[in-house]
Amino acid sequence: MKTFSKGGVHPNDNKLMSSECAIESIDLPDKLIISMSQHLGKEAKPIVIKGDIVQKGQCIAKASGFISADVHAPTSGTIHNIFAGQSMQGKSCTYIELHSDGKDEWYSQCNQPCDWQIVPADELKKIIAESGVVGMGGATFPTHVKLSPMHGVTIDTLIINGVECEPYLTCDHQLMREHSAHIVVGIQILKKALGVDNAIIGIEANKHDAYDIMRAATKDTNILVELLNVKYPQGAEKQLIDALMNRQVPSGKLPMHVGCVVQNIATAFAVYEAVAMKRPLTHRIITISGDGIEQPANLYAPIGTSFDMLLQRQGLLSKATKLISGGPMMGTSISDTIQFMTKGSSGLLAFCDAKSIESDPCIRCGRCVSVCPVGCMPVQMMEVIAQGDIAQYADMHIADCIECGSCSYICPAHRHLLHYIRQAKSELVAERIKKDRAAKKKEAANE
Amino acid sequence: MNNGHTYIVSSSPHIRHSDSISRIMWTVIIALCPALIASIYYFGYYALIITGLCVSTAILTEMLCQKIAGKRICIADGSAVLTGLLLAFTLPPSVPWYAAVLGASFAIGIAKHAFGGLGCNIWNPALAGRAFLLAAYSGSMVMSKWPILQQAVYGNILTIGTDVITKATPCAVLKQAPLTIVNHYSLWDLIVGHIPGCIGETSVIALVIGAIILIARSTINWRLPLAFIGTVFILVLILPLTGSDGQYIIALRDLSVFGHGGALQLGGFHIFSGGLILGAFFMATDMVTSPLTSKGQALYGFGCGVFVVMIRFYGGYPEGVCYSILIMNTLVWVIDRCTRPRIFGKG
Repeated sequence: MKTFSKGGVHPNDNKLMSSECAIESIDLPDKLIISMSQHLGKEAKPIVIKGDIVQKGQCIAKASGFISADVHAPTSGTIHNIFAGQSMQGKSCTYIELHSDGKDEWYSQCNQPCDWQIVPADELKKIIAESGVVGMGGATFPTHVKLSPMHGVTIDTLIINGVECEPYLTCDHQLMREHSAHIVVGIQILKKALGVDNAIIGIEANKHDAYDIMRAATKDTNILVELLNVKYPQGAEKQLIDALMNRQVPSGKLPMHVGCVVQNIATAFAVYEAVAMKRPLTHRIITISGDGIEQPANLYAPIGTSFDMLLQRQGLLSKATKLISGGPMMGTSISDTIQFMTKGSSGLLAFCDAKSIESDPCIRCGRCVSVCPVGCMPVQMMEVIAQGDIAQYADMHIADCIECGSCSYICPAHRHLLHYIRQAKSELVAERIKKDRAAKKKEAANE
Repeated sequence: MNNGHTYIVSSSPHIRHSDSISRIMWTVIIALCPALIASIYYFGYYALIITGLCVSTAILTEMLCQKIAGKRICIADGSAVLTGLLLAFTLPPSVPWYAAVLGASFAIGIAKHAFGGLGCNIWNPALAGRAFLLAAYSGSMVMSKWPILQQAVYGNILTIGTDVITKATPCAVLKQAPLTIVNHYSLWDLIVGHIPGCIGETSVIALVIGAIILIARSTINWRLPLAFIGTVFILVLILPLTGSDGQYIIALRDLSVFGHGGALQLGGFHIFSGGLILGAFFMATDMVTSPLTSKGQALYGFGCGVFVVMIRFYGGYPEGVCYSILIMNTLVWVIDRCTRPRIFGKG
């Protein structure tokens, strides 16, 4: 079995808690609070105003730049409010509050089967863009951007990420079990849009049943399914390409530079829905799990559903001390339940005996170095970061860090290595902005 | 809507590996227990008293240093216990009690805390303590005759203290008249530990049991001791050593000098004698004072091996494990710099 070449860790995957739970649809919430910043890139601009009546699948906000994505109404109802708030990551963003009318009526142009095979590739990309499809593994990079590689690069392989290497999460696993045929259609649409012949689905060995199902579903196609050794962070784009294709994406470059495009399994499903069924991306599957949840589940819920409602439904224990949106390795911890589902919400976890972790002194065991999938030396980074010596950051390859958290995970002194590396990365960004500004000023002065 | 609860917010990752510093330290301490038992068996209760003195002095010094520095007192993490234990293992069974106390306080107070405490020291504290005693109490540290358990009282633990004879250590024999080693000891004596030597270093079999525990639990990287011991073994075979008649011989070339088994037997005597097994598995692998990467650790093990053979063959001492590790400790920063991993997707 293949896996990526460098580093990696084996956290206990705890997937059994929810891996046998079939996907359930939740009752339609009375109100949905929809973020305009559910994707990587610029915030979407609302095209509705307070009081507007919208229908399910109707576009309510438009992409505001090349890297941005449209947002659609998950159900029919009235726009109750448009307000500024904060995202889970603490950035300011705009929200649209939609009150459901309970009818869940589709917009006239939506929910019609479409013969995608006669649609040309450019048109497919347009449909995908207009349906607001983004990468659903958590990074939420707009899908249509990835499908439009820059000039001069040739894509030969489409890689479908069915790895789901984050512990606890089982939403992609369930999706493969229950919607394999639709996923395969989605992959074929993506292949046509990209103009490539080869597609490989990578699945980790802890989801053997999903592997068998996908093998059966891809029988008469030229889509390969590959079983991978379980190792975190195999779901990271560059690590997955390394594992499946044995190609290393050069530092600072994109997968397309080695001829690959990586899309998540749930993204392939969203593409199927968007193109073949004309249903824009308004719902997703989210895993509710952790030892602070009475009944772990995989729920199919509209974007904008409050976490509070999801947690109540599955029974949030009162002794839970930590909530995480996403997986435990890369997810965001949230201080209260007043948060709302976005296109990237793959999981919502509650833990009981979580404490704030105290650090001991570093004993130079070197484990952080041996698990780093990039080849960084977090232990030495810490010294440079403690000195605040930005000039040495490049020497330490701080910008190459993929923030997988393997170093912090393995550290026996429980040091918050990734936390400091993130800070250093943001210092680097600030430094670059400062330099750019200075350069511009100089230019202006010279003129 | 809000149940009034505020949840813990921290940056990812939110789960951590179950290993901790104290678990690592206590694992090493447990792995040293077979050797501790062997030392009591071979050297009697005085060995246990010395060990106890070293450990308790190390703990007290650690507490004192942490108190003075205004740090959290964390003797429960086992690192001071481990240093005390390792220091005791490198002392002769006849060492005066005050030397043991002084050595342990030097190891913790100077070699560890003067550099900033756990994780900041350059030299292995236990070995620095031994080196200090070698200088300060060389009379009780370097002897021509060492106590050894008498064959007749073999197994009769209670009488050992009183019923000892003295003998030259295998290292000393190998130094002075390497070809006569077979007349003094058999390889089996070295493996079980029925030889004169420091408290915890004699029983190869007890040390190897501990080493297997450490390797199985991934507490130490097997490459380091393998490189260390392997280098010593190979260099013993290929480097010229002075025979009793003052002539240089090369073990590998002069296979006949030892009869059957020849050169390999001499290599075996070298790796099983002195503190090599203890040093390679328990001292050189000290995380704080060894390189960070696998490659670096192998290189470091190789360096240690070279220095051991240099000292044993051509140096002034019969044994060189302590100094070779201390020298390589000093070079760790160079090794770390030269063995940085390649960055994914670069060159």
